[in-house]
Amino acid sequence: MERLSPRTPDDLAGLIGAARTAGRGLHLVGRGTRAGLGHPVAAEAVLDLSAFSGIDVYEPAEQIVTLGPATPLALLRDVLAEQGQRLAFDPPDTGPLFGEGAGLGSIGGAIAANLSGPGRPRAGAARDHLLGVEAVTGRGEIFKAGGRVVKNVTGYDLPKLVAGSFGTLAALTRLTLRVAGRPPASVTAAILDLEAAAAGRLMQRIAGSALEPVALAYLPAEVALRCCHHPLAAAVVLVRFEGPAVALPERMADLQALVGAEAPIEAIEDEDSDETWATIRDVAGLLPDGERALWRIAVPPAAGCALALQLAAGLAGAHWFADWGGGRLWLSVPSGGDAGAGAIRAAARAAGGHAQLFRAPLAVKSRIPVFEPLDAGRALLENRLRDAFDPARILNPGKLG
Amino acid sequence: MALTMPIPDRAVIDGRADLLARLARLLPQDALISAESALAPYECDALTAYTQRPLAVVLPRTTAEVSAILAVCHQAGVKVVPRGAGTSLSGGALPLADGIVLSLARFNRILEIDLENRCITTQPGVTNLSLTKAVEADGFFYAPDPSSQIACTIGGNVAENSGGVHCLKYGLTTHNLLGAEIVLIDGTVVRIGGGKALDGPGYDLLGIVTGSEGLLGVVTEVTVRIMPKPQGVGALLAGFPTVEAAGAAVAAIIAAGIVPGGIEMMDNLAINAAEDFCNAGYPRDVAALLIVELDGPSGEVEAQMDEVAAMLVAGGACTLKRTRDDAERLGFWAGRKAAFPAVGRISPDYLCMDGTIPRGRLAEILAGIESLSAKYDLRCANVFHAGDGNLHPLILYDANVADELQRAEDFGADILRACVAVGGVLTGEHGVGIEKRDLMGTMFDDTDLAVQQRLKCAFDGAGLLNPGKVFPVLHACAELGRLQVSGGKLRFPDMPRF
Repeated sequence: MERLSPRTPDDLAGLIGAARTAGRGLHLVGRGTRAGLGHPVAAEAVLDLSAFSGIDVYEPAEQIVTLGPATPLALLRDVLAEQGQRLAFDPPDTGPLFGEGAGLGSIGGAIAANLSGPGRPRAGAARDHLLGVEAVTGRGEIFKAGGRVVKNVTGYDLPKLVAGSFGTLAALTRLTLRVAGRPPASVTAAILDLEAAAAGRLMQRIAGSALEPVALAYLPAEVALRCCHHPLAAAVVLVRFEGPAVALPERMADLQALVGAEAPIEAIEDEDSDETWATIRDVAGLLPDGERALWRIAVPPAAGCALALQLAAGLAGAHWFADWGGGRLWLSVPSGGDAGAGAIRAAARAAGGHAQLFRAPLAVKSRIPVFEPLDAGRALLENRLRDAFDPARILNPGKLG
Repeated sequence: MALTMPIPDRAVIDGRADLLARLARLLPQDALISAESALAPYECDALTAYTQRPLAVVLPRTTAEVSAILAVCHQAGVKVVPRGAGTSLSGGALPLADGIVLSLARFNRILEIDLENRCITTQPGVTNLSLTKAVEADGFFYAPDPSSQIACTIGGNVAENSGGVHCLKYGLTTHNLLGAEIVLIDGTVVRIGGGKALDGPGYDLLGIVTGSEGLLGVVTEVTVRIMPKPQGVGALLAGFPTVEAAGAAVAAIIAAGIVPGGIEMMDNLAINAAEDFCNAGYPRDVAALLIVELDGPSGEVEAQMDEVAAMLVAGGACTLKRTRDDAERLGFWAGRKAAFPAVGRISPDYLCMDGTIPRGRLAEILAGIESLSAKYDLRCANVFHAGDGNLHPLILYDANVADELQRAEDFGADILRACVAVGGVLTGEHGVGIEKRDLMGTMFDDTDLAVQQRLKCAFDGAGLLNPGKVFPVLHACAELGRLQVSGGKLRFPDMPRF
């Protein structure tokens, strides 16, 4: 397949403009590690965006970074860490889930898929940290939107629209992200041996308390076992706190008081705490062993664990865990038939949520839609939106199904 | 002033009687206002310098009524200006001579409080403050708190992506929404967002509708997140001999990774106006005053109060008070919260500006404002949401003095241009509306604006929802579809600028 490698936004605009005229589909690639997300792209050429890489401006005091979307996420994390900062939305490294190496993905891929980690309920999603974009539409126009400050209501919030659009509206050439200071200290409380329903209820009590947990997850025993950095081979509710070191013991004591004396809390400190959450973020406990499908389900948090139990009971060989205090479920199932799509989508909808087939063999994706189907009025509106940005449908054709 | 609105469509104005008859068939008698005297209260919003009577005002109660009204207007080519409480400072709800005003005032019920999932589903006409009032006994609050929160509605907050003094820690409206129901101009009802779940499917239409200033759809239902009330709150009040020192102290706090609930700054004119107005106990002789509020778990607040106090002293604070007492803390805020009426007392009129800048450029911008103040011979009091670089310069003028309004508007425009020049933006939380519409070109080139207007076309191809706001030049959607671009400049025939 032909590979187009523009070096500048003008090159890129020219190539996209020509592809539009020719009606030729383009497969947008940054570092190429997230191609397994969504449906396979059916395009005539690869649009290699790897030249749009590197940090242009990093202003720690303003807490912003402007960079090329193909910049490796691992590099960005290192640069921020040197200044005691981080990306608060903590995007996952999805490489290993798709059989790629760890640490190879780009920031642009994380933005295009709106990927956020365990801190999302409190810190916001990837799209909430994207302050500004420069990009080229499917019409071959170079445009910018947003800005370089957090508080900005000047014009439509196009960065939000571009984030999570899987490269179907515009090709990104430059991003401005908000970054955050690292907390001076952190600790994770582990509450052991709770069954799922009780864990779901407890997580709501913790999330609704004034303890300000920054992350909250539940791992059933068989998944806790597979999380290599987690030392405890039992079902566990994990609660992460951050803040001044002197204030954390009080937070652990308050949590113990909230949980009750019958469930003793163990502390996972510092690096161990970080590694535990990286494992949850990267879904390492459900890494594929053989032909399996991985679902990502968003639900009202109080419904999460009960829904997971219900689904696991009906789907042989299912494994799961809950992040976001129950608001996000990761569910791994055997990939035969519809990989549980009928049951999972119906149950998720009934619970007020929606489901995305995050990873699956191509044969499964050819049978069922990866993304939650939209109702007719909404689908029509989104179609008109694509007309606005990419009337010839040349950007990542087929990606969304 | 130079501001002009689109030329009214004479045929629509002439067809008013027919339109009223059609609307009357859709609505109960009390939901349609057409008498001249009764239209008067709707002729402006909080940007009172501009007024216009609409053809009629409709006050629907249900989504079905909104849908029917919009479908009729769509069919008849009648423009629609949605309105919440009418507290917009940028003229977002200014009526059109050839359009109706669609008031959401009767969508005034909270539909569901779900404490377990920490969210409220509400109709859009409920006031911002009522949301917090509805859940505070249970230990929760709705975080965005614009200063008009007693009057402004949640639907208006969605339209403007409103902020407030606590958005430094808790985010703007957009960060606190889960889902919404909107009605498109053709009457189609669409659900956007994820309901009570985070990050709904499809493109982020909730993100794009939030802050769209009523140009994309009419919000008829909203689901917002609520937060547990913090365990502890504390505040520090520090005076500085120079604005530079105060600005540097703000930067130091943020750089240390501390996220205060809010950081506010007032300059000397604002401090003295507030003191004259309400005796808040502020030091009158300092150049700048900072209020830093910290909230969260008690131990953390205490530890951070110590840390911030040390930073303020190290940064050259010449006065410093700190408190964990609620009454005393509210006293710290009294002058800041009264800043607008306080300035109103020392001047017959004022314009409230709303730019955002990178925090590090604060001193530079203030020096620029001072020299502009001399140039235009008008006073300017400054209050800021300093933590996120959002400035509210209040330009003092007297509308009864010939050309003072014009001078004040020119002064304001120069301030906003200066904000953009240092890497900031035209508006942080008040919206573009009509007020900053003609300045959009300082931030965006023609292509940028064409991309935004094509988005509008996807929602409202005929351009009937709130036209004349946000964009300095209106283009027909068919024309935008054909446009070819070159170097950021669109080639089009001479378009009327209004």
